[in-house]
Amino acid sequence: MSNRLRIGIDVGGTNTDAVVVDDAGQVLASTKTATTPDPSDGIRAALDDVIATIDRKHITQAMLGTTHPANAIIRRRDLDKVGVLRLAAPSSLAISPGMAWPADLHETVIGASAILRGGFEYDGTEISKLDEDGIREFALLCLGKVNAIAVSSAFAPASTDHELRAIEIIREVTNGAMAVSLSHQVGSLGLLERENATILNASLFGLARKVVDGFQLALQSHGLDVESYLTQNDGTLMTSEEAVQLPILSVGSGPTNSMRGACALAGLTDALVIDVGGTSADVGILVSGFPRESSAAVEVGGVRTNFRMPDLISIGLGGGTIVSDRNGQVTVGPDSVGYRVVTEAIVMGGSTLTLSDVAVRGGRLNGFGDPTLVDSVSAETIGFALEWVDEQIGILCDRMKLSRTAMPLIAVGGGSHLVPNTVSGIADVIRPEHFAVANAFGAAIAEASGAVDRVYRYDSMGREASLEEAKQMAVDSAVRAGADPDSVRITSVTEVPMSYLPGQGCRVQVKAAGPLKG
Amino acid sequence: MRELTLEDLDDMVLGATLLGTGGGGDPYIARLMVRQAMEKYGAVKIVDPSELDPDGLVLTTAVIGAPTVIIEKVPAGTEFTGCVNALAAYLGKEPVALMPIEVGGMNTLIPLATAAEMGLPVIDADSMRRAFPQIEMTVFTLAGIPAAPMSVADEKGNVVVFETINNSVAEKLARASVMQLGMANGISCYPMTVKQVADYGIQGSMSYCVDLGRKLNAVKRGEECAFEEFLEFSGGQKYFSGKIIDIDRRTTEGFARGTVVLEDLVDPDRVMRVEIQNELLMAFEDGKPVITTPDLICFLDYETSDPITTETLSYGQRINVLGLPCAPEWHQPGMLELVGPRAFGYDVDYVSMKGIAT
Repeated sequence: MSNRLRIGIDVGGTNTDAVVVDDAGQVLASTKTATTPDPSDGIRAALDDVIATIDRKHITQAMLGTTHPANAIIRRRDLDKVGVLRLAAPSSLAISPGMAWPADLHETVIGASAILRGGFEYDGTEISKLDEDGIREFALLCLGKVNAIAVSSAFAPASTDHELRAIEIIREVTNGAMAVSLSHQVGSLGLLERENATILNASLFGLARKVVDGFQLALQSHGLDVESYLTQNDGTLMTSEEAVQLPILSVGSGPTNSMRGACALAGLTDALVIDVGGTSADVGILVSGFPRESSAAVEVGGVRTNFRMPDLISIGLGGGTIVSDRNGQVTVGPDSVGYRVVTEAIVMGGSTLTLSDVAVRGGRLNGFGDPTLVDSVSAETIGFALEWVDEQIGILCDRMKLSRTAMPLIAVGGGSHLVPNTVSGIADVIRPEHFAVANAFGAAIAEASGAVDRVYRYDSMGREASLEEAKQMAVDSAVRAGADPDSVRITSVTEVPMSYLPGQGCRVQVKAAGPLKG
Repeated sequence: MRELTLEDLDDMVLGATLLGTGGGGDPYIARLMVRQAMEKYGAVKIVDPSELDPDGLVLTTAVIGAPTVIIEKVPAGTEFTGCVNALAAYLGKEPVALMPIEVGGMNTLIPLATAAEMGLPVIDADSMRRAFPQIEMTVFTLAGIPAAPMSVADEKGNVVVFETINNSVAEKLARASVMQLGMANGISCYPMTVKQVADYGIQGSMSYCVDLGRKLNAVKRGEECAFEEFLEFSGGQKYFSGKIIDIDRRTTEGFARGTVVLEDLVDPDRVMRVEIQNELLMAFEDGKPVITTPDLICFLDYETSDPITTETLSYGQRINVLGLPCAPEWHQPGMLELVGPRAFGYDVDYVSMKGIAT
């Protein structure tokens, strides 16, 4: 046994999973417990169980992936009040902060807002001189009214000066009593979306502090003196300090951990992953071990944001999906009995024909209920339903792929028995061991990362030199985040040419990642 | 006269996205601007030219710049009122209405926000009824109406007004000014009388956009016969249902160019190639042109019928390719030289869509 072990914990909507993994990526212990109303209870229970047979002095790191923040936003609970400060005037006055927010979330979160002079042009010059007095006034106005201030300035991803000056002023005026979130740390280009993400981020400060403290307390109470991390949307790690500053970056970590975990369990770095549950199937793709990110704006709790989220396509296809046969007219879904499939499926003695029954009769699922109970269903119905499943899965995979090249498909989740062994355009269908704890495994193997998102002018600097600079900045940033300098690698490079912009303007996004330094 | 409601706005945004033919800028920001302006200043009236004084001045307004800058340097509103007021002052006359130049993409909506703020109606007409990448690509150019005097303004109060000898110089001067003014500006051009709008403009564009969006929304909701009604209303036709099997993008001379190849969903031997220059411009099947500019090529998501913009195209997407005839006002001498295939560098003839008066 290797002497450096990691614990991965994933708090999902239904289950809290934990694994202990060694350096070689072997699962030494795993457990699945129910998620509790106070998620810390579930975390403690999972820890109890998973380290029972492990020599805890070999454990050096613990990684947590959690749905706390996502749930808080969706349920509008445990959110802090935020003062919204935009530095862009006179630009952007036509659209107020929080304009497109759902009314209930707006009321819960946004306590005050102002658009002040400041921000930058695309070429790095100031839109206007920063309104420092205005910032002082706003900070004082916010005292006692809100818990945190979200600051967003125009072109902050390229020019951070005004945001950095704003935080200085706010700290000075409030004697450090006001928490502040800066947009350039949260999101990329797109002022309104980045501002939204920054507001949500600031509203999660209090909750994030509780989650991080709870996690560390749970580790300590189990005698684990280890480094602790939280996983973020892109499958990489945040330290506890970063996690309390940037909690919004963890809202999409569940599906990412699931996909990365499944892929690593299958021993692959490039593959499609399909997660079939009771009600729906999600397909994503991993390239060099990381999920491809969505290019479309991502909505969180009804708010449009632009931060990094895995690109997933979902359809209503799961083990509980209802199959109906009206006089030979067979339809599949979109209704589902969901998790109640264990009692409502015909093979379980229930009365609803589901895709699980179809899978049993079609020979794809064994050891689930009594197969003789579905004998009466016509072979045509079964054939039609399976054909539908195969077609839908084929279409999903095709939409996710990058090219015609055949790729492996990893099937996980309680309904993954529905995935046929051959899918067109798919090289292999792989069903990894331990897939039930893929999420926690994904958390345990997460790496440190760094990212760069800037606009270059290829005519002045040249494409090669621009890309080289961006890559070096990403690598440096990953190393600062704790990655081992010897094994950091570039995981993605995206160039988006900017139409109508002079000087061959090009937006360059680069990411680098590497395993944590030991 | 019709008063534009917030519900109309939803339909208009969908219609505008479709008429953007894959480009024209994301109407999302413009839609928020209109909402805020309508909440603050009240509803906007859409009027027919016949409801106005024929000698009254009509001014256009639109956003000009780079889409990637506009998402970061969000409009103030004053760049649009600024360019309109500057041009009015130059001409020594107050406008009786505003007009969109381009009903297609985000510029469909900009004049609504400005009109709400200025307390003016928006005239139910435009000069493209689709998106095109350049200022001179209008039916007004065909009618010999100059784009200048025109004005460009920023949000800080900087304004340029200029006269030019023709509309392509106007395009060059506008772009050059924009580069110095932050790449997200307001432009007002083609000042004209109500009578000129009635004589030379594309009539009913705003209503058409709302109605088109409403019919497409019905398709999206899966209403019975909605797709047939949508095609009947627009005179459009479905040319292809396919899957993207190849996509190639490149940027040259400030244009986002690209080529998309689609394979038929049933018969893999049938292949369609679509050429992009900011907008979807040309569709070829087996090397033969089937939909050609200025007719509209529209990509709809195969499942949801959402219009798809060129930036979000990706391998494996399943798409219905629709051809919509361009506004009948385009069909006049000079059209092909200005906006036909050869104007964009494709050495093929324009293919008229069936049932279209030329």
